[in-house]
Amino acid sequence: MNLDWIVRESDSILVLLVWHLGLSVVPVVIGLAMALPLGWVAHRSGAFKSVVLGTTGLLYTVPSLALFVMLPSILGTRILDPLNVVVALTVYTVALLVRTVSDGLDSVPVETVQAAQAMGYRTLQRLVSVELPVAVPVIAAGLRVAVVSNVSVVSIAALIGTQQLGLLFTQGAQLRFLTPIIVGIVLCLVLAVVLDGLVVLLARRLTPWTPRAVHA
Amino acid sequence: MITFEHVSKVYPDGTHAVHDLTFDAPTGKLTVLVGPSGCGKTTSLRMVNRLIRPTSGDILLDGESTNGMDEALLRRRIGYVIQHAGLFPHRTVLDNVAATPRLSGASKRQARLIAGELLERVGLPATFASRYPWQLSGGQQQRVGVARALASDPDFMLMDEPFSAVDPVVRSQLQDEFLRLQREIGKTIIMVTHDIDEALKLGDQVAVLRTGGKLAQLATPEELLTAPADAFVADFVGRDRGYRSLGFVAAAPGLVVRSEPSVPIGSSVEDARAATDDDWLLVVDERAHPLGWVEPRTLRAPISFSDLNLSGTVAHRTGTMRHVLDASLSAPSRRGVLVDEDGALVGSVTAAEVVGSLAEIHAAGVTTGGTAS
Amino acid sequence: MIDYLLDPAHWTGSDSIGTLLVQHLIYTGLSLLVAAVIGVPIGLYVGHTGKGTFFIAGVANALRALPTLGLVILLVIVIAPAFASELAFVIPSLIVLVLLAIPPIMTNTYAGVRAVDAAAVDAAVGMGYRPLKVLFAVQVPCALPLILSGFRGATLQVISTATIAAYVSLGGLGRLIIDGRAQNDYDQMLAGAVLVAALALLVDLGIGLIGRFAVSPGLTRRRIRATAAQPVLATTATA
Repeated sequence: MNLDWIVRESDSILVLLVWHLGLSVVPVVIGLAMALPLGWVAHRSGAFKSVVLGTTGLLYTVPSLALFVMLPSILGTRILDPLNVVVALTVYTVALLVRTVSDGLDSVPVETVQAAQAMGYRTLQRLVSVELPVAVPVIAAGLRVAVVSNVSVVSIAALIGTQQLGLLFTQGAQLRFLTPIIVGIVLCLVLAVVLDGLVVLLARRLTPWTPRAVHA
Repeated sequence: MITFEHVSKVYPDGTHAVHDLTFDAPTGKLTVLVGPSGCGKTTSLRMVNRLIRPTSGDILLDGESTNGMDEALLRRRIGYVIQHAGLFPHRTVLDNVAATPRLSGASKRQARLIAGELLERVGLPATFASRYPWQLSGGQQQRVGVARALASDPDFMLMDEPFSAVDPVVRSQLQDEFLRLQREIGKTIIMVTHDIDEALKLGDQVAVLRTGGKLAQLATPEELLTAPADAFVADFVGRDRGYRSLGFVAAAPGLVVRSEPSVPIGSSVEDARAATDDDWLLVVDERAHPLGWVEPRTLRAPISFSDLNLSGTVAHRTGTMRHVLDASLSAPSRRGVLVDEDGALVGSVTAAEVVGSLAEIHAAGVTTGGTAS
Repeated sequence: MIDYLLDPAHWTGSDSIGTLLVQHLIYTGLSLLVAAVIGVPIGLYVGHTGKGTFFIAGVANALRALPTLGLVILLVIVIAPAFASELAFVIPSLIVLVLLAIPPIMTNTYAGVRAVDAAAVDAAVGMGYRPLKVLFAVQVPCALPLILSGFRGATLQVISTATIAAYVSLGGLGRLIIDGRAQNDYDQMLAGAVLVAALALLVDLGIGLIGRFAVSPGLTRRRIRATAAQPVLATTATA
């Protein structure tokens, strides 16, 4: 480890970290916003469910590097455009979370849904004030996976040259210099752990009603 | 009143869940739908609040057709209680109950006020209000479920196997409390159960359905026991019909009650032997409440609790003939102990006397409906 | 891109598309094999005995967070000097591929064994099955759907990471993307990307098919051929 290098490069490392954070988080936010309605539709309709889950499952199988490369020709963007990374990770997040949201809504006890229906909740009212709140633990678990794997996948975009911590890896490879690689790995891990912790905290705030054991 | 008018439910695959069902559930009364599984009783219930839409026919609430009603608004007028309560796991007990008044437009504060009163009414201490459903036992959850159904003060209630997910002791307790509650509030209720005993105990009238959703008989519990419409109903109502029907015969005023010798607990051997010539002697407490029987011949020391034979049941003088007969059959002396409203000893009757009295009642054709046991 | 793929020059020689494809498949197959040899027994052991659950969950989470690109490069730089010539790039990359393939295989094997109906296991023990017999006659067949889905996840992970490893001079389809990037040849990159995506989809489909035949119809609830008169719609919907 070369501490001098770290101190000297700290400013640019910080810039990469901020980019990495943005590229990891923004797709999760957009992805969740898209997955909620899609997951709900999948949960409601059996036929549509296999179509939605089949399609998103297919998207999930496309290796990330391949997706980064293919998107410019689909979106008309330049290869270096960070938008490619955001779109690619949004695609993965949606693919992962649609299933999660659908599973989460499936996990709401039948009696609870029936009771709400029989009490006279309208469909949307029931979704917002009963089903989604009860589905939070399952959705949060999926969100954790999405956030953590995004942090890892973003770094791959360094191979096409996008700004983020992954550049430390390619830089280290070119210079045969371990310090930036280790710094990059450590920062990625820290970022993943912090974001994961934030999701856990948020979920805990939203679910004061669960037995404590569920969080363990 | 809830009126079923030629209601049928046919599923796309051609199965008839409910077939041409017509009956009234009278205002302020509890109507029980009972039958074997697959008889369409739950389907019938769920067609009232349109969780299931009838294929044909109509269901009317106080004469108003529910066909084409706004379903959400319709459901807010009807309380609904189901087997596992279906509480909202993410809301406290208080907010679970407050949910129905909130839906009907009450303010949050008002709704919680109502909810608090109802929790008390169904027998839950105020300390439960801030708990979450998972912290409650099955019986407690069911009470919250009942409170929630009542919280919007609906005229009608639908109950789907409300007491079958709890153990027998709690079930019987919940049934008793619910009967008491219903006597106060007088809702128009339809309840579904597969348990004929529950139906006979709770129902003002009982509708027995047969497989395929056809009404086999609609009658009072007593009529079901004494005059089942056909072999299916008779078989479904089950064994011991004669004995169980006594639960609907009030203890006859003309029943000859003999005075029964008794001694207080702690009496000496001499006092016990002097009190009776019989093999068995009744022991009471200081308020003259019967405790049990002893055999004076075998006593070696003043009567203690360990000397008591506790097999005999005790019947209220104003109870039913079923209780009286059971008391006489269960006592080791074969004399059934009768008590007054306060539980104090009145006297005793033998089984032969009870049966004799029943014969007289039968001859006179007087069968007055009492409450089921 | 189409032109690139159709150009016969790209299909001949030592770095032809065919060769790269075969290389990609060999790396993938080899890594999965080694990962299975390590991951399946551990998963079975933990699932069967219930010991080490915490270890399994921890490893799975940690490896999900590790940036694969960083890991590949780090390992190559650290261990490459220990190997001669060609192997200097292949071995470290394969080690990373194996490392990444183990967690999904291991955790799913574990989860699959755990998820087997306890009553079925209880009945087997009660009938006098010995522990190993219980494992292989009851637990493994019942856990097969989950075990296979672990393999599916591992395969996708390996195909994807093998592509990345082209950066550290590993062969395979990733070469087209990495070399294309170096030469500013987008057509070549795109051709590589499409081939990798197609490979992943086909392999995924293949594993799905294997699962359909390997898993007992008693578990998938699909109808068996005997009732051929009925349309067998439900069978196609196994996710």
